[in-house]
Amino acid sequence: MDTLLQQLINGIVQGSIYALVALGYTMVYGIMGLINFAHGEVVMIGAMVAISALGALMALGLPMGLAAPLALAAAMLVCMGLGAGLERIAYRPLRNAPRLTPLITAIGMSIILQNLAMMIWSRNYLTFPSLIEKVSFEVAGAHFSNVQALIVVLAGLSMAGLLLLVYRTRLGMAMRATSQNLAVARLMGVDVDRVIAAAFIIGSAMGALAGFMVGAYYEIAHYQMGFMLGLKAFTAAVLGGIGNLAGAMLGGLLLGIIEALGAGYIGDLTGGFLGSHYQDIFAFVVLIGVLMFRPSGLLGEKTGERA
Amino acid sequence: MRHPILRALLRLSRHKALLLLGGGAILLALPFVAMLGGQAWVRILDLAILYVFLALGLNIVVGFAGLLDLGYIAFYAVGAYTWALLASPHFGLHLPFWVILPIGALLACLFGVLLGAPTLRLRGDYLAIVTLGFGEIIRIFLNNLNAPVNITNGPQGITLIDPVKFGAFSFSSRTEIFGYTLVGPQKYYFLLLALCVLVVGINYRLQHSRIGRAWQAIREDEIAAKAVGIDTRNMKLLAFAMGASFGGIAGGIYAAMQGFVSPESFSLIESIMVLAMVVLGGMGHIPGVILGAVLLAVLPEALRFAVLPVQQALFGKVLVDPESLRMLIFGLALVLVMRFRPQGLWPSPERKRELLAGQEGRT
Repeated sequence: MDTLLQQLINGIVQGSIYALVALGYTMVYGIMGLINFAHGEVVMIGAMVAISALGALMALGLPMGLAAPLALAAAMLVCMGLGAGLERIAYRPLRNAPRLTPLITAIGMSIILQNLAMMIWSRNYLTFPSLIEKVSFEVAGAHFSNVQALIVVLAGLSMAGLLLLVYRTRLGMAMRATSQNLAVARLMGVDVDRVIAAAFIIGSAMGALAGFMVGAYYEIAHYQMGFMLGLKAFTAAVLGGIGNLAGAMLGGLLLGIIEALGAGYIGDLTGGFLGSHYQDIFAFVVLIGVLMFRPSGLLGEKTGERA
Repeated sequence: MRHPILRALLRLSRHKALLLLGGGAILLALPFVAMLGGQAWVRILDLAILYVFLALGLNIVVGFAGLLDLGYIAFYAVGAYTWALLASPHFGLHLPFWVILPIGALLACLFGVLLGAPTLRLRGDYLAIVTLGFGEIIRIFLNNLNAPVNITNGPQGITLIDPVKFGAFSFSSRTEIFGYTLVGPQKYYFLLLALCVLVVGINYRLQHSRIGRAWQAIREDEIAAKAVGIDTRNMKLLAFAMGASFGGIAGGIYAAMQGFVSPESFSLIESIMVLAMVVLGGMGHIPGVILGAVLLAVLPEALRFAVLPVQQALFGKVLVDPESLRMLIFGLALVLVMRFRPQGLWPSPERKRELLAGQEGRT
């Protein structure tokens, strides 16, 4: 029983990080139908920049309470710039190209970013300084820390902020219009280029936040960390229904929980044949399962084959 | 009745026949020339041909049928591990190559169908992600299937794999022929070259067959293809399975040639590399794909020799190691080709037309 509760807690924490990253995928996909494959690398770079900024700020003697928000801001700024740059340089020129063209470009960008990150931050695992003193709570035999609580709260707040932005502001209205029909939105006077750039920038900012959280949670960062994280977040977006914001959040949480429960119980289920190092395959099993039985995802609308 | 390939050869113009003969002579002489620079260069040639083989296999999937497969290397891994398990001291099995290669190809094909059946009715970009995930799953299994039953020997990989052998003639040892000593890599070169010629032949025959035309129709417009009565699901599955079996065969040869396999050799980056070869050369155009494969296989190796001394001379130390430079080149190749020359360096005439028409139709 306490395993169940413990894994549920772990799953929710991990899931809210997936949800943040998944939002970046789903916003871009919803608006322009592109899988921004390089999004995972943006998350990774967010974590890396945060480490560098934290190191520099702490060397200046700033207290952690000030250094951490500043480092987060730096990471978000760099990633927002990166997202905007990606869109402008790599994807915008390909907007009218056949479907696979931007996807291949995205893979190329992902490789480039990974290797640049490796050149800048080395191929070693970097330690993420611990930001706050860890305090552990116990509820019904399961433990959770203040770091975990903070991650869930921050993720929830930023998602609420995103929903407000999308459903209550002019920019949000323009984004929804563009995702419904790009050509018509343009005819209605929406500056489509700006809207798409905004989707990339907002998604990247949330990605940077997610990268910061992953770093703070596991206290480690690596130039290849974005790849798996990105794939799983994409799975989460598909699970929830790609293009659907609420779906990405739901999908992220669900995937986190599925993974945590799976890792906790796979040993018992297979009689010890498969262990918890198979954790990574759950995401793909979920992905293939969803695509087989409900390609539109949990909250997505059924749509016909491409128009 | 003459065989169609023979007929095609007889129909060639004198100009083309000369080109073919000259090219063949160069290909035959190449390993001897490379040997002057040392065995390492012959090995690079071997790998280049192996990549040509792989790229041609992937070309069936990506180029002919237009299905983006990002997990192609998984089939290569299946072939390689099949060989490694059936012909090494790991299980004490030493089956001959004519048993293992078909098993490897069949297994890879089976995996291809297993993966393709549920996913091929999806849109292209989903397929890309699923295949990518599949590639990773295979690697995770290869890495972890060493406990509780040791099947793959985990991250250490499998060593002492048997070479390709015809009776007593082993491809890994030296042989004296007409007073000239042939080393292992040179012998593999000729084996690979023969296989490659075979694959090129198969590719050409496929391309102009009923199946090839069906693939082309699917690539250009799947709904229209379905409307004219093409069984799109089975055709796509066929492309997938064929590409996978070629990957399996290439993997087997790779295992035999290296004598060692480990999960590390089958990472995503290898899939990307083969994809980059197909894309750079020109998707669906056989000579283009061969060009792309040779370029991307040889160029980084050549860089490896050039990069270190140049950096030493310029900066006094090594700033960028050749391995990451290689990766950067693949990434850049993908991005730049998609941006400035989406049809590839040497595209097929039809493909060029398609892309031009596509651009006009949309703007």
